[in-house]
Amino acid sequence: MTIKSLTGIAAVAGILAVAGMAIPAHAATLDDVKSAGAVKCGINTGLPGFAFTGDDGKWTGFDVAYCRALAAAVLGDPDKVKYVNLTGANRFPALQSGEIDVLSRNTTWTFSRDVDLGFTFVGVNYYDGQGFIGRKSLGVKSAKELDGASVCIQTGTTTEKNLADFFRVNKISYEAVPIETNSEARTAYEAERCDVYTTDASGLAATKSTFDDADKHMVFPEIVSKEPLGPLVRQGDDQWADIARWVLNALVSAEELGVTQANVEKLGKGTDNPEINRMLGSEGSFAKMLGLEKNWAVNAIKAEGNYAEIFEKYVGPKTPLGLKRGLNALYKDGGILYSPPFR
Amino acid sequence: MVSTNPSAGPAAAFNISRLWTDERYRGILSQAIIVILVALALVWVADNTRTNLDNRGLDIGFDFLADPAGIGIGVSLIEYDSTDTWLRAMTVGLLNTVLVSALGIVAATAIGFAAGIMRLLPNWLVRTIVATWVEFTRNVPLLLQIIFWWTVLLSLPTVRETLRIGDSIFLNNSGITGPSPVFEPGASAVLIALAVGVAAAWAVLNWARKRQAATGERLPAGWIALGLIVLLPLAVYFASGQPISWDMPTANRFGRLRGGLTVTPELVALWFALATYTGAFISEIVRAGILSVSKGQTEAAGSLGLKGWQTTRLIIMPQALRVIIPPLTSQFLNLTKNSSLALAVGFQDFVGIGSQAQNQTGQAIEIVFSWMVVYVSLSLLTSAFMNWYNARIALVER
Repeated sequence: MTIKSLTGIAAVAGILAVAGMAIPAHAATLDDVKSAGAVKCGINTGLPGFAFTGDDGKWTGFDVAYCRALAAAVLGDPDKVKYVNLTGANRFPALQSGEIDVLSRNTTWTFSRDVDLGFTFVGVNYYDGQGFIGRKSLGVKSAKELDGASVCIQTGTTTEKNLADFFRVNKISYEAVPIETNSEARTAYEAERCDVYTTDASGLAATKSTFDDADKHMVFPEIVSKEPLGPLVRQGDDQWADIARWVLNALVSAEELGVTQANVEKLGKGTDNPEINRMLGSEGSFAKMLGLEKNWAVNAIKAEGNYAEIFEKYVGPKTPLGLKRGLNALYKDGGILYSPPFR
Repeated sequence: MVSTNPSAGPAAAFNISRLWTDERYRGILSQAIIVILVALALVWVADNTRTNLDNRGLDIGFDFLADPAGIGIGVSLIEYDSTDTWLRAMTVGLLNTVLVSALGIVAATAIGFAAGIMRLLPNWLVRTIVATWVEFTRNVPLLLQIIFWWTVLLSLPTVRETLRIGDSIFLNNSGITGPSPVFEPGASAVLIALAVGVAAAWAVLNWARKRQAATGERLPAGWIALGLIVLLPLAVYFASGQPISWDMPTANRFGRLRGGLTVTPELVALWFALATYTGAFISEIVRAGILSVSKGQTEAAGSLGLKGWQTTRLIIMPQALRVIIPPLTSQFLNLTKNSSLALAVGFQDFVGIGSQAQNQTGQAIEIVFSWMVVYVSLSLLTSAFMNWYNARIALVER
């Protein structure tokens, strides 16, 4: 019996047992979360910047910050999260079976996952795309010149399919060297078992930053796929999906409206801007419509700050990942991040 | 399993209290209860699965097998392209599992027998070295050994420093590459000639042995057999206009060898690790088997004038094999199942491609089910073969 097949069997056992016993067909996830006193949030097993353990041994990172904001909005306390670490392979069975309430694990929003697997994506919190890293000594300037190259790739992700598509569209051939984990794929790439390594651009930046001879490697200009990453919930509980969606929107709107971790408490008491007032609960009854406490958005923003603050803290230019906002800037700053209005 | 209705017992003597006072009825009753509980559990699992799948609007079925897989596969025994279906991709995975298991079983058996015999040699140094190796290999987790061999192979020269062995064999840390045969029309005649040659050689060897047993005369049967195997196909090859050519590997602009036949470091690492790990266990089984043969047998063989190697081959081994074969079978099964650790180094076996399929299609139940079916089938096939072999060499009582 292997690790992998055990995971698979555990996953199936999860569908068979956990779901069946614990959750009737159309239970309100919100009631379950309230009675359990914690949001069960599925996160990565460890990815620098996105989900990692901090110095105090607690989970932290870009994806974890969303879990904390959601818990703060629903339960009033960002620490009321039960983290479940999931691999690429067992994340979907975990959500289907009800083992977790929300999956916040750099997961690409695709048609088949949204429609066929029975999930609802509540938005995009990171616009990513797949790229390539290779040695400068290859003498290649573009990924389209990679005809005949050996490509290291991490299995169990959308990237392997994108890779096949990219080479097919450009009518060039490659040898796939599929490796299960990111660290072994890096080992293979560094040993020159393959000429290039491909994964999401954010991952390439993180990988390159750990090389001793980083200046001998280059990330090719081509981004060969769209990878909109975002949180998702089970299909069929619209109230819970709405909560998850509008917590995310609140974080983005907060950046747009100048609401920060520092000033949210003060602004929550009332401002001249009706949209801020509606979002933070001093005007209107949006909280009641969601089934939450009046200060849900105040709590969510107070947890880790607005979108910009979360980005800067975990993956921005001042962190080891050093990612620029790029597409993830607000629409008015040249990016495509855009929250529907609180109206 | 016994599930007889308890009331079907002898009616005259039966009354209800005997169900728990009479040992026989109690046995039947308890077995019946267990059967019912197991059946109920199965029904509950099936019903619960169906209900929950329905509730979540999930489809279950094998339709996805006809969809294009869209993944690249490094090592494949059959033609495969990323536009092929999941069915074909899973078949590639299955063949890779069979390939690495078969290679592993052959090598593990050879290593195991050699090491097992060496541990019983009078030479102290050989015995001790082998014993140390066996204890070390048996007690380090297999996954670590696979990664160890893989790392060792990755430290071979890189593509830019490729070693050439002769004109057409290349060695680097992406594998060992050599020419592969290309069969043109007419090649089947050569292959048939080869098969005929092998069969004829076997017949000649058999006949020569019988003749020697009967008359004591020896023939150069080995040379005749070799001639049959080599010369017959060669003659047909030239007679039919050389229908087999060689596909020579060539280096492309990245120094990558394309064409020919490449054995990747992932396959070799997995093969080495499986063969040595299982071989260490087999060596202990072989040692136990040999020790189980009475010392009097060796002494009797010696007094008949048989030499050491002849004693081992003709007297000890045939008797030891009866003890060795049954536990050997379970080592073969272990090796086949352990081969699924291939995933760690990215050799795409049945489990590896299955989990890729599970990820792309989300059909977890179907794929876990097919894993179980395939490994159970492979195990039963291996067991069936080994049971047949065991029966063949079993002691024939007169």
